[in-house]
Amino acid sequence: MTSELAPAAGTPTAAGPSRAYPVLRTARLPRRRKAHGRPRRSVLLTALTSLVVIYTLVPLAWLFINACKTQPRLLSSFGLWFSGDFALWDNITETFTYNDHIFVRWLLNTLLYVVVGAGGATFLAVLGGYGLAKFNFTGKRAVFALIIGAVAVPGAALAVPTFLMFSKMGLTDTPWAVIIPSLISPFGLYLMWVFASEAIPDELLEAARVDGSGELRTFFRISLPLLAPGIVTVLLFTMVATWNNYFLPLIMIKNPDWYPLTLGINSWNAQARTVGGEPVFNLVITGSLLTIVPLIVAFLLLQRYWQSGLSAGSVKE
Amino acid sequence: MTNKVVRRWAQGVAVVAAAALGLTACGSSGDSDSGSGGKASDAKAVQAALTKGGSITVWAWEPTLKQVVTDFQAKYPKVHVKMVNAGTGNDQYTALQNAVQAGKGVPDVAQIEYFALSQFAFGKSVADLSSFGAKSLSKTYSPGPWNSVNINGGVYGLPMDSGPMALFYNKKVFDKYKIPVPTTWDEYLADARKLHKADPKMYITSDTGDAGMATSLIWQAGGKPYKVDGTKVSVDFNKDPGTATYTKVWQQLVSERLVSPVSGWTDQWYKGLADGSIATLTTGAWMPANFTSGVAAASGDWRVAPLPQWQAGAHASAENGGSSLAVMQASKNKELAYAFLQYANQGAGVQARLKNGAFPATTADLNSPAFLNTAFPYFGGQKANQIFSESAKNVLPGWSYLPYQVYANSIFNDTVGKAYVSATPLTGGLKSWQEASVKYGKQQGFSVG
Repeated sequence: MTSELAPAAGTPTAAGPSRAYPVLRTARLPRRRKAHGRPRRSVLLTALTSLVVIYTLVPLAWLFINACKTQPRLLSSFGLWFSGDFALWDNITETFTYNDHIFVRWLLNTLLYVVVGAGGATFLAVLGGYGLAKFNFTGKRAVFALIIGAVAVPGAALAVPTFLMFSKMGLTDTPWAVIIPSLISPFGLYLMWVFASEAIPDELLEAARVDGSGELRTFFRISLPLLAPGIVTVLLFTMVATWNNYFLPLIMIKNPDWYPLTLGINSWNAQARTVGGEPVFNLVITGSLLTIVPLIVAFLLLQRYWQSGLSAGSVKE
Repeated sequence: MTNKVVRRWAQGVAVVAAAALGLTACGSSGDSDSGSGGKASDAKAVQAALTKGGSITVWAWEPTLKQVVTDFQAKYPKVHVKMVNAGTGNDQYTALQNAVQAGKGVPDVAQIEYFALSQFAFGKSVADLSSFGAKSLSKTYSPGPWNSVNINGGVYGLPMDSGPMALFYNKKVFDKYKIPVPTTWDEYLADARKLHKADPKMYITSDTGDAGMATSLIWQAGGKPYKVDGTKVSVDFNKDPGTATYTKVWQQLVSERLVSPVSGWTDQWYKGLADGSIATLTTGAWMPANFTSGVAAASGDWRVAPLPQWQAGAHASAENGGSSLAVMQASKNKELAYAFLQYANQGAGVQARLKNGAFPATTADLNSPAFLNTAFPYFGGQKANQIFSESAKNVLPGWSYLPYQVYANSIFNDTVGKAYVSATPLTGGLKSWQEASVKYGKQQGFSVG
């Protein structure tokens, strides 16, 4: 992304004529052969990337287009184009008001699970990863093996045993049943560990110790800022995982008042399969659209921090 | 799609888990008998519970019950009813089974379909209502539903609605292709061929294998593949004459690809019902409400006719679907729970539900002139209830479901379902369904012959 063309001479930029260019010119850059420094274009790559973009965006487009249709039109019109009245606002209003505003409740539940669950998971992963990366203790290799093993176990496989355990403890059908398992993120821990060992130089910690800073203070004042890109990455992962979690709440929670959005929308979808039920496909689609909006927003907001961390440790200085 | 797969799997797991934990013969119901376990309770105790008040939880997915709950609380201000939709059908049974197993979070009242009720009755997880005098209600309900709630000499629920079967057909399509309304299943088969030949996009109906539908049609053909006597159970689809009658016709529909490969209750199914590509539906009398809400676009196209017969001139019918409300054994307030059952399934609640499109199980309503003369705008003003009511009277007696029908139905698609996607004949599919059902019954401690 560094190949931005300099503004043509004479165009005043926001900050007035910038002083950066003279400096740039004197910097010893390896001289390229091409005089104009244009990035090379590849037709093949462009075509391939476009294919991937289309492949990714078509479902989203479908979701948006169909969220603009009324219930009867959904089934009687072509899926990838608008048809009939533009019903998006009505659908959104109805989604929020249907069944005594239950959608709002589900949204708040999901937020609770994400903030407490994913936030807690990230915090624990940061603490654990930092500790494993920067301190030596007996049994470290065993812990490492355990974590690598845990990464390989899919969460769905643990859901049923967890359910049986929780029902013995009387925790099922409470928010804790979703939050507690969400706090554990082996992958996040592993990621934090790798990141921390690269991003924090040992010399820095030693310097802090020499200067008489305690471990906790060192962690919060020196290490945490260095870990920010890694933290954001883990936060994004755990957030998406918790936000989209379906199987765990499915078997843990029976009371619709504690449903997250995924279960709630699914229960609306199930209405169509019910004798005397009311099919609300339009609300299912609109609800799904509304459900992905916060995730997109989160990604856009956290992207900056995230990218800067990706190259950590890639160059040996 | 993956969600569906996951859910299927989850159901499987939960069913297996529930089974592994033993939901039959030895079903203990935790520490529940503090309510009305030993002493005989009567109408007075029920009335007292109403005046005393309290709160009960009801698990149900039937939308018309919402109004009933509102009215009930208005009438008895001290009573609070919390209605929870814990899922539809199997999803709820799984949750219910798990709650019973955990001894926690069991509701006071649950909606349980007739085919599933005996499973819960055998597991002793629903209460026998005989002590409340429920036995005297035999004349209140039509025979099909009443037989379904009477299990091994006890009454384990009160019928909420019923599903005497009828043929729903798309008149517009039938007129366009000049097809006569079938009165026998042989005519139905001929119609299927004619329609599909005239337009390959059109199908007489859709079917990918549906346990409830198959058992209902075998029932209508006079079949009795399941025999249940206490804990003695037998499953026989091989020598059962009714089953042979059914497979003879149905095999031809499947082999000649005359049924649309669309599963019921999916969005494609609704679409097919709306655009006429699924031209008939044989199902329970509760269907009109679903037509009105889910297939609004085809209003006026559809009509109702009596169920086609296996023998010309006969008047046999069967039930498909329908639910009871049952009081859970673990309930701490069985009197109040029963009071709610009475209100919803015998009292003023019935009328409130009929207004919202439910189909009754009560004989008085099935025979009332107001009910019989209701014109359905959706069916072009047809007085469809006359056909349904007639069908209710013609339901063949003596049918019983397995005491583990929920499990049996959950493996229908893995066994009989193969006949729809491979060269396996229906009889072969039914045979493997039978084997799997027998095997499971033995594991559960039934003596299966």
